[in-house]
Amino acid sequence: MQEFSLADTYGVTAQDYTTAGDASAAIKRKLKQLGVDSGVLRRIAVASYEAELNLIIHSHGGQLTLTMTPTEIALVSNDSGPGIPDINQALQEGFSTASEEARNLGFGAGMGLPNMKRNADDFHIESEVGKGTLIRMRFHLNKS
Amino acid sequence: MTISDIIGILEARVLCGEDALSQEISTACGSDLMSDVLAFVKGKTLLITGLTNVHVVRTASMLDIHCIVFARGKIPGDDVLQEARESGIVVLTTAFTTFTTCGLLYQAGMRGNSECLDQRDR
Repeated sequence: MQEFSLADTYGVTAQDYTTAGDASAAIKRKLKQLGVDSGVLRRIAVASYEAELNLIIHSHGGQLTLTMTPTEIALVSNDSGPGIPDINQALQEGFSTASEEARNLGFGAGMGLPNMKRNADDFHIESEVGKGTLIRMRFHLNKS
Repeated sequence: MTISDIIGILEARVLCGEDALSQEISTACGSDLMSDVLAFVKGKTLLITGLTNVHVVRTASMLDIHCIVFARGKIPGDDVLQEARESGIVVLTTAFTTFTTCGLLYQAGMRGNSECLDQRDR
């Protein structure tokens, strides 16, 4: 793989289910072009898709930021609210506050945050009600 | 087994991806819940579902799933098939219910991939 750094930001609009997946598809396409190992790529694709869906389903809008160095890829999701009152509860598999619309599309089963955590090598979440939520995920490039 | 084998077993019709039917697929997943598909599926898996919206294709694309079977004779809209074409995903439809579809494939040797629940790709 070439040695370089990259930093891209993808805006995600709240409640816009028609474009859901566009940011993650762009991220996956870009990392594939850059020659990222398929196993790591798959984990990043799943985590970014979950993060993107969460932004659409739950947030007032936000963005995904992808940064890459020769040794790792970082994916950051941040939004402008509403924030998560109880992060530990939100991290439990099956806990969901998703709308009926999201559920009808096959999402909102309370697997998003746990799945991001499972796929990332390092997972950090912080949230403040009324301010927003920040999720930072790191993926090592020296493992497949 | 190949996608062509699956077509024979399920008496399925190809809705797109006619040129990629020789691909081998060893495991399958049956779910209408894309949240679960995203959380549990790995490997070269067949996705069997009754949900026909575009998010099924987008979920499959994220997971490198190369073939989707819509059960109960369901046929997704043209927009869904167009995205599947663009993503290189083979789409089939079978008249069998999801339960019977899974049963027929299991009988023919296809297995689920839930044993990978706690494993990761590394």
